[in-house]
Amino acid sequence: MKKNLYLILLIYFVLKPSIGFSLVEIDITRGNLDPMPISVSPFFTNNESNNKIKNILDIENLGSEISKVIENNLVKTGLFDAIEKEAFLQKPDIAHLKPRFEDWALIKSQVLITGKVTHKIINEKDYINVEFKLWDVLGAKMVDGFSLTTTPRSWRRVGHKISDKVYERLTGESGYFDTRIIYVSEEGPKTQRVKKLALMDQDGFNTKYITLGNELVLTPRFNPADDKIITYMSYFRNMPRVYIVNLQTGEQKVVGDFRGMTFAPRFSPDGKKLIMSLAKDGNSEIWVRDLETNIQEKLTDHPSIDTSPSYSPDGKFITFNSDRSGYQQIYVMKSDGSKVKRISFGKGIYGTPVWSPRGDLIAFTKLHKGKFFIGVMRTDGTGERLLTENFYQEAPSWSPNGRIIIFYRETKSDNDGQGFSAKLWSIDLTGYNERLVKTETDASDPSWSSLLGN
Amino acid sequence: MNLNKILKNVFLVVMFGLIVTACATKKSVKTTDSTTSTTTKAAETEKAVPIEKLGALMQGDVYIGSDTVGELASGVPDRVFFATNEIILTTASRETLRKQAAWLRQNPDVTVVVEGHADERGTREYNLALGERRANAAKDYLMTYGVSSDRIKVLSYGKERPVDSGSNPLSWSKNRRSVTVKAN
Repeated sequence: MKKNLYLILLIYFVLKPSIGFSLVEIDITRGNLDPMPISVSPFFTNNESNNKIKNILDIENLGSEISKVIENNLVKTGLFDAIEKEAFLQKPDIAHLKPRFEDWALIKSQVLITGKVTHKIINEKDYINVEFKLWDVLGAKMVDGFSLTTTPRSWRRVGHKISDKVYERLTGESGYFDTRIIYVSEEGPKTQRVKKLALMDQDGFNTKYITLGNELVLTPRFNPADDKIITYMSYFRNMPRVYIVNLQTGEQKVVGDFRGMTFAPRFSPDGKKLIMSLAKDGNSEIWVRDLETNIQEKLTDHPSIDTSPSYSPDGKFITFNSDRSGYQQIYVMKSDGSKVKRISFGKGIYGTPVWSPRGDLIAFTKLHKGKFFIGVMRTDGTGERLLTENFYQEAPSWSPNGRIIIFYRETKSDNDGQGFSAKLWSIDLTGYNERLVKTETDASDPSWSSLLGN
Repeated sequence: MNLNKILKNVFLVVMFGLIVTACATKKSVKTTDSTTSTTTKAAETEKAVPIEKLGALMQGDVYIGSDTVGELASGVPDRVFFATNEIILTTASRETLRKQAAWLRQNPDVTVVVEGHADERGTREYNLALGERRANAAKDYLMTYGVSSDRIKVLSYGKERPVDSGSNPLSWSKNRRSVTVKAN
């Protein structure tokens, strides 16, 4: 991995909303509400800046591209409808200074986003400054905005940060756009699948491959406390083991010194511990390893299969699946391994429990009558809701705000293996807004990062 | 650990009894010797039969045909098959493993890797664990027949390396397997 870029937040002038703020707010806990009509004006760039940026990035009009990133993010939430730019009556530069609200109301826009991109040189290096404003058309006022300066190459992240700000302002929830997804890229026939670790922005751009495909790799997961660190499982030298990788330095190390296969790794919420399964002599148990003291400890003790552990966000509990009752079911225990309690009692087989970052729900995979479901239940097992049903799907991972679940889905193949595909999908916690997440290759085992740090 | 092993073996013996009883009426399990020849012949003839009769290549949902089966050595099949979610060795599987054990005893320099596999109808991590259990079920049986544990490595592939890429019960039955592979 290359050295990281990233945003230098120089100025952060937050414009205070006027008192008596009356912007329409969105209740995202409801399902199929009518999307709010918004206008994302192309960000204004003057000729001089535009020419300089064009030379650096080979992008014709960066301001326009940034507005597309924002629009795409917001529309994909299902909460917003973007009004066609051809309908806009006001030019980007004037709109950014002071919009004529009647013009925007006329095209039925409730919200307007404007911005401006300027090229800058600081210490003989190229930077871009991006200014953005969020306007309440009906209330006829500006309600939010900021300006930030960054390296030209991180321009998409600026778009994501603006999207997060807009989302937070309009829904009252924290955003999830300035995030990445790590997943397993898949290619080749089903019997000889070549798998690589791949990293991309949440919206599918900037894909980078972390491994070359020489060995089988599975189940990458972000450290929730540090988006530069991941854990995954690799068959390097035919020794299936859990590894930790620093994406920034490329440094990689095997976790622990176990005699047997280690798999199903996940970090604790503070990133200081790793839980995983160890399979040895025909028995899989859950272990925890303290990454600071290197002390490892066995948490379960049962002759059945215990795997797929996931911490609660406060780190006090662990959910996992076990077939100790005969079939795979979901259990919760204290993080020291005590007080094991089964929580899934519905019909079918339950697996891959993942605790929501909000703490109130557990997402899971369920197999019932030959169909696979992604669902959620409360942490005591009540209130089960199945969000989506298909031939095969599993491995839910939460968006950092706990509103969206990403997972992978495989299609059925015919007798010759034709028709098979593996793709990433996302669905809203409400069960609405199911979407294909575009990837360059087939994909599986997605893991969503926290909001990125600098 | 030891207690687990003992319990496991008791379990295997009990299951053996059950399977023999359950299959007592079926032709293919008259005696151990005729079992293999019957199943092999059955598999060969059935290859020619129309696709809707392919179900006859499975007993319960355990694959009993010969497609995909390779050889560890001449006359020694390399793999055994399992029922969905199960690690129990069938009569035919034990027959195969006894042949493997006999050959390994005759060739004391050979070491093997027993690869454990699962079908695609389960979650990835669970299948890794299941593959490991299947490989160990085969390893334990080889050890019972005199192959020392340091000659046998196990390696679970979960559902990552199917031999048959179809999405149907017959394909899945071929993929639920443990395969004994020479390591040297």
